[in-house]
Amino acid sequence: MTDLTLGRATADRDRLLRLLQEYGVYLGVVVLLLLNIVFTSHFLSAENFRTQAVQVAPVLIVALGMALAIGSEGVDLSVGSVMALSTSLLSLYLGYGVWIAVLAAVAGGIMVGVANGALIAFVGVQPIVATLALMVAGRGLALVLLPQLKDVHNPAMAELGSGDVLGVPYLVLIAAALALLIAFVVRRTTFGRQLLALGDSRPAARLAGLPVRRVLILVYVCSGVLAAIAGVLATARLTASDPTSLGTLMELSAITAVVVGGTPLSGGRVRIGGTVAGAVLIQLLTTTLIKHDLPPSWTQIAQAVVIVLAVYAARERGKR
Amino acid sequence: MSTPEEEPVGASRSERLSALAQQHGALVTLVVAVIAASLSFDTFLTGDNLENMALSSAFLAVVALGMTFVIITGGIDLSVGSTFALGGVLAAWGSQYGTVVALLLPLAVCGLIGLVNGLLIARSRLAPFIVTLASMLGARGILLSLTDEGSTTYLVDKDSFFAKLGQDTLLGIGVPVWITVALFVLGAVALRRTRFGQYVYAVGGNEDAAALMGTPVARTKISVYTLSGLCAGLAGALNAAWLVSGVTILGSGMELEAISAVVIGGTLLTGGFGFLSGSLVGVLLLKVIQNVINQIGSLDSAYQQVVSGAFLAVVVIAQTWLGRRRRAL
Repeated sequence: MTDLTLGRATADRDRLLRLLQEYGVYLGVVVLLLLNIVFTSHFLSAENFRTQAVQVAPVLIVALGMALAIGSEGVDLSVGSVMALSTSLLSLYLGYGVWIAVLAAVAGGIMVGVANGALIAFVGVQPIVATLALMVAGRGLALVLLPQLKDVHNPAMAELGSGDVLGVPYLVLIAAALALLIAFVVRRTTFGRQLLALGDSRPAARLAGLPVRRVLILVYVCSGVLAAIAGVLATARLTASDPTSLGTLMELSAITAVVVGGTPLSGGRVRIGGTVAGAVLIQLLTTTLIKHDLPPSWTQIAQAVVIVLAVYAARERGKR
Repeated sequence: MSTPEEEPVGASRSERLSALAQQHGALVTLVVAVIAASLSFDTFLTGDNLENMALSSAFLAVVALGMTFVIITGGIDLSVGSTFALGGVLAAWGSQYGTVVALLLPLAVCGLIGLVNGLLIARSRLAPFIVTLASMLGARGILLSLTDEGSTTYLVDKDSFFAKLGQDTLLGIGVPVWITVALFVLGAVALRRTRFGQYVYAVGGNEDAAALMGTPVARTKISVYTLSGLCAGLAGALNAAWLVSGVTILGSGMELEAISAVVIGGTLLTGGFGFLSGSLVGVLLLKVIQNVINQIGSLDSAYQQVVSGAFLAVVVIAQTWLGRRRRAL
C-alpha cells in the first residue's frame, strides 16, 4: 500500500518535472514578460512589442534551420556566415532587380548547404567540423564579394524592412509563416519523419532503407536557405549590407533558442513551438538586461548560463 | 589505443602507407611549402620574417597543445579563443602588480574556466561542444565587462620583467618560442610516458572499455579541459607580454585555427589517436600558408579565410578517407 502511494508520489513528481522541462521555456517567457511589465518603464507599448518582434524575426528564422540540423543529430555552425554571404550577394545583384538579388542570396545559402551536407553525408565528416570549415570559408567569401559595408538604397527592400500589414511588420509575418511551414514539414511530411528517424538512430535508419544521405543534404540545404532568408531580412531592416559583422555569434543564439526550446542535442526530436519561445526568451532576456542599464557583455554571460541550464535540464529528461 | 609505435607487425604495405600519410603528411606538406615559398619569395627566408613566424606560431602552438589533449580524449574546446583573449587582458592588468601576478592571474582564471568546462562535461555528461560554446560566450562577456565593453586597453610597462618575457631573445630566438618548445617536450613526455597519457588515449579510444579497465574517465576529462584552459591563458599572457598590451579583439577564430592545426597534424577528431609533434607541424604549416598569402599581398585576409576554410575541409576529407581505409583493411 505504502509502496504504491509512494510510487504514485514519485510518478507525480516525475510528471511534474517533465512538464516543467517540456513547457519551462513558455513559463520563462511569461515570467520575463510579467517582470518587464511591472518593472520596466515604457515596456507595455505597441511600439516596443513591434521592435522586439522585428528584432527576434531573423534569429527565429535561423533557429528553425538549426532545429532541423539538431534534430538530425547534427549542428550548423555556418549560419552566421551564410547570412553574411547572403547580404553580400544581395548587394551585388540588386542592380538586376530585387527578385534576382533575393534569388542570388538564396542560391548562396543552397550552395553552402550542399557543401555542408556533402561533407557530412558522403565523406562522413562530423557536422561540427564540416560546418566550422564552411563558417570560415563562407565569411571569407562574403568579404571577397563585398569588402565593406554598403548602404542599400532600394524602395522595395525598404518596404520589406519597415512596412507592415494591418500593423504587423512583414518581417514578423514572414518569420511566423516560416515557423508554421517548418512545423508542418517536421510533423506531416515524409522528409520530416525520415529526418527524425535518422536523428534518433543513424544505423537503424540505414537498415530501414531510408535515403540517409539525401535527407542529410536536404537538412543542411534547408538550414542554409533559412539563414540566407534571415540575411535578406536583416539587410532590409538595417538598409545596409555589412558582411563583416552581420550574423556574428548567430550560430550561438540559434543553438540557444533551439536547445532552450526543448529540442534535445542528441537528435530524434524537433520542437518548433519551443524554438519560437526560445528565440523570444533570449530576446526578452537581452532587452531586460539592456533596459535596466546593464552592459551588453552581461547579455553574453547570461546567455551562456541559460544554455548550460537548458542543456542540463534536457540531460535529466534524456536519462529518464 | 593505437599509438604509432603499436602498428601491427603484419600490416600490409598499403595500410602502412596510409598510416604514414596520416602521420607525416603534414610534415611533407610543410617541407614542400617552405621550399616553394623560399624559391618564390626572397623575403621568406630572412631572419626578420622567420622570427616573426616563429613568435606568432608560438602562441597558437601553446593553445594547440592543450587542444591536442582534448581532441585525443574525443572532445573539443571551442572556448580557447575567448580564454586566450581574457588571459591577455588579465595579464596586462595584473602586470602592474608584478610578473608573478601577471602570470598567475590568467592561469588561475582560465584554468578555472577549463575546470568548469571539464566538470560539466565529465560529471554532468553534457556535450563538449555546447559547454565550451557557452564558456566561449561567457569568457568573452567577462572580458568585455573587465574592459568597459572593450574600450579600455591595459598596457604593460615596457621595462618590466614581464614585458621582457615576451620580447627578449635567447641565442637569437624569442623567449616565448623557448617556452613553447619546453612545453611541447613536457607535453609529449606526459602523453607518451606517463599513466595520465595512457588514460588520455584510453578515454578517446573507447570510453566504456576504458572505464571497465579502471581508467578514471571523469578525472582524465576534467584534467584535459583544465589543461586546455591553462594553455590558452598562458598563451594569452605571453602574447600580452609580446604586444605590451592586453588586446581585447584578439582570439576570435583562434579555436578554429587550433583545431585545424591539431587535425592537420594527424590527430583524429574521433579521439584515441594523435600526437603533439603533429600539432606543432600543423601550426607551422598554417603560419607558413598565412605568411605566403601575406607575401602575395594582393590576396587580402578575406581570401586567407577562404583558403584556410577550404584547406581544413581538404585535410579532414583526406584524413577521413585514410582513416576509413585503415579500418577497412
